[in-house]
Amino acid sequence: MAKEDKHTPSVSSRRKFLRNSTLATVAAAVGAKVVFASSMPEGYVPVVLQDDDPYTLFKKDKELIVLNNKPWNIESQPHLLDDKVTPADKMFIRNNGLIPESIDEGSWELIFDGEAVSSPKTYSLAELKRRFHHYTYQLTLECGGNGRSEFYPPASGNQWKTGAVSCAFWTGVRLKDVLEDVGIGDNAVYIGYHSADTHLSGDPDKEPISRGVPIAKALQEETLLAFEMNGEAIPIAHGYPLRLVAGGFPASASGKWLNRISVRDKVHDGTKMAAPSYRVPCKPVSPGEEVPDEEMCIIESMPVKSLITYPKSGAMIDLGDSLEIRGHAWAGELEVNELHVSIDFGATWQACKLAPPVNRLAWQHFSAQVEFPQKGYYEVWARATDSNGVSQPMVVPGWNPKGYLNNACHRIAVKVG
Amino acid sequence: MDQDIIKSLKGLFTIVVVLGIVVMVLLGGVLLLQQHPDVLVSPKEEDTTIPPPLVSENLVKDGVHVATGLVAAEGYEMVIANCTNCHAANLITQNRGDKEHWEKLIDWMQETQGLWDLGKNEQVIVAYLAEHYAPVQRGRRANLSEIEWYELVE
Repeated sequence: MAKEDKHTPSVSSRRKFLRNSTLATVAAAVGAKVVFASSMPEGYVPVVLQDDDPYTLFKKDKELIVLNNKPWNIESQPHLLDDKVTPADKMFIRNNGLIPESIDEGSWELIFDGEAVSSPKTYSLAELKRRFHHYTYQLTLECGGNGRSEFYPPASGNQWKTGAVSCAFWTGVRLKDVLEDVGIGDNAVYIGYHSADTHLSGDPDKEPISRGVPIAKALQEETLLAFEMNGEAIPIAHGYPLRLVAGGFPASASGKWLNRISVRDKVHDGTKMAAPSYRVPCKPVSPGEEVPDEEMCIIESMPVKSLITYPKSGAMIDLGDSLEIRGHAWAGELEVNELHVSIDFGATWQACKLAPPVNRLAWQHFSAQVEFPQKGYYEVWARATDSNGVSQPMVVPGWNPKGYLNNACHRIAVKVG
Repeated sequence: MDQDIIKSLKGLFTIVVVLGIVVMVLLGGVLLLQQHPDVLVSPKEEDTTIPPPLVSENLVKDGVHVATGLVAAEGYEMVIANCTNCHAANLITQNRGDKEHWEKLIDWMQETQGLWDLGKNEQVIVAYLAEHYAPVQRGRRANLSEIEWYELVE
């Protein structure tokens, strides 16, 4: 009986055991020694991922919904997003490839290259943090495909409902400050990011995603090379130790695990920059229509949108009770000017209280007290209007081949009895 | 008299044979225990060190293959064998499309994602997907569904 090692281990030795056994698993799976094992931060789970429980692996709330595990795509739900600042455990994950297997913050570097730099330049992460001023902004990041599940004919891919949006505080250095230090030419048109994640095929020559933004967006004050989220190191699934954050654009423009930025003299031609990825028809098309690649345009600013985060859909209240409604609204590069709610499917609308954003590109909070005239089934609909006077549609907006930009009004069910 | 002797001899012979068998079985048991001392240990004790899988790989419940969530109908094993090497089954079960849609998707995966030639299996796979994961027309906007009603206490 080989049970002489049976004892109750202390929490820390158990943790150590778990960590060592995970590292052994990683080593076995990768077929190599885990090089940076000693410098892994406490709580870091080496992600060779696959069959692990994502809730434990990524420290996520159990109510988040896993859409795919290769790569990880996990969405939140409206009532989980009630916090004014999205906490890490409620934040959606949209990955295109596999999370890097070994990450060493201490030796992390960011390279700048491309046609529009005079000569390539490399910064260590420590150098970026030391040499440039730090800024913190609350920034709305929404997946371009959020709401895809409602399109007909269906568009393939992850069938996001409404939960692929977040608004956390991001801290980092301004990309514009670093670009100034690098020195960029007048021929700069676009930046493209490159990252340490790996292609699903395992082919090291293939990038899972390499997108970017026009140079004007890159030079905005809020475009950050971020190393903190909500005052802590960025969680591994969200881009630790360094990511690009370009709020208001599709979140795919905010590259995670960032290790290189190319300053291009043309529109970046990285993976998932070409049609039909993250592009919509330049002109409106009929549902199901085939659209040639050359007639697809890159998505830039996301459209106006809102989400009712309180109460959770399905609330039952007594007749005579007034119902408090809360939520957030955002409008890509623009601001939200008005927020209305309706309890009669859009026949009449009531204006809500709407707070200004804490900074540009942050979502805004709305609230209202709603009264119901008689018993029955109701839906509360919310509709935001941006600073250009453009509102959310009540039906699903213009069909497009990849199912992007569904900003139809969000609604919840309420029973008054 | 002779017959009586023969009878008792027969009886004695039977007893000797039965005893011999009993002794051999006992000896065999002792030998087996010496070689494999764990045969008498209940297999339940083994389970405490190696927990059984929560879901059997092949379990089908209410017409659904539990491990993948796929509709357990003709062709689903072939879908599992060819599709779930590269992506999760829930990327299939959350999507909808007609025959043409699934064919196009397979072409795209072959052109860009390294999917192999499915040969004759492609027909089976496409027929399965088009039947069980067909698009549903829901108008310009579907009704709210799967509402979990609860008493709101403020």
